[in-house]
Amino acid sequence: MKYLKFLLVGIFFGIVMVKSEAVSWYRIYEMFRFEAFHMYGIIGSAVVLGIIIVAYIKKNHMKSIEGKEILFNPKDRSWPRYILGGTIFGFGWALAGACPGPMYVLFGTGVYSILIVIGGALLGTYVYGLLRDKLPH
Amino acid sequence: MVTFVKNKSLIMEAILEPWPWYVCGPLIAATMFLLLYFGKEFGMSSNLRTMCSMAGAGRKVKFFDFDWKAQRWNLTVVIGAVIGGFIAVHFLSNPVDIDLNPTTVASLEAFGWDNVGKSLVPPEIYSGDALGSIKGIAILLIGGFLVGFGTRYAGGCTSGHAISGISNLQIPSFIAVIGFFIGGLIMTHFLIPLIFG
Repeated sequence: MKYLKFLLVGIFFGIVMVKSEAVSWYRIYEMFRFEAFHMYGIIGSAVVLGIIIVAYIKKNHMKSIEGKEILFNPKDRSWPRYILGGTIFGFGWALAGACPGPMYVLFGTGVYSILIVIGGALLGTYVYGLLRDKLPH
Repeated sequence: MVTFVKNKSLIMEAILEPWPWYVCGPLIAATMFLLLYFGKEFGMSSNLRTMCSMAGAGRKVKFFDFDWKAQRWNLTVVIGAVIGGFIAVHFLSNPVDIDLNPTTVASLEAFGWDNVGKSLVPPEIYSGDALGSIKGIAILLIGGFLVGFGTRYAGGCTSGHAISGISNLQIPSFIAVIGFFIGGLIMTHFLIPLIFG
């Protein structure tokens, strides 16, 4: 029962990802070619509303369903990991046309070959864990 | 009553069509809000680390040696996302082509691709035929590898940085998103034409 709400959020998210076509390789390709506003509209409107939501939560010290104040973890202040990791992520995002949420959604839509992408992503995550101490952060 | 039924069918028709960006963007923000309200945060890529840990990677690599059971809520979101994908395709969609820019379509047809935008993902990359060659498998495996490696190195993906991080006005997330675009632009404009052209 405790997990039901997370299952429902996941279902909601999966539906939105399909209905927005954000799971489509074609839409990602089109976005990186700057040939449609669609993806920018999705991410942009999500961020604008997101900024308002986060500011509202902070201003009102809003509490979570468990009664604790909702807190935000600031990201580590550095830049090499963000620019390097981000660029590597961008290569993969544009090639596979799927990021770590849509991967699972695509599996649900019946694109079973996405399992190879998920397998690759698990391998990539594992290799990062192996090399972590040797990489600039 | 008749008007009500008519409106209801109009709404159903609208649901079956692709949803416009100004509906989807706010619904993604709502996803983030719900997870915050449930005392968690919106970030899909950490599930990859959790799955590595579940598979026993923590015995060899310290990075995966953590209490993955605390992340079960996020794995539940993953299961939901799979179910959501299934529901959206089978019950909430009329089969329609993706309304891509004709220039985008032409650029893919120049690679010799057919039926551009007639399915969610290109058969040239994701169909059984595409997996019949080492190149086809390598494209998906390498694409996934770069996503997995890059997202953990950057400490987040589209949901964790582009949505959650920027909503919280985190400079590191802005830098990560700039990185997403550097990589994505190089891949789309220089490498994809070499790979598929």
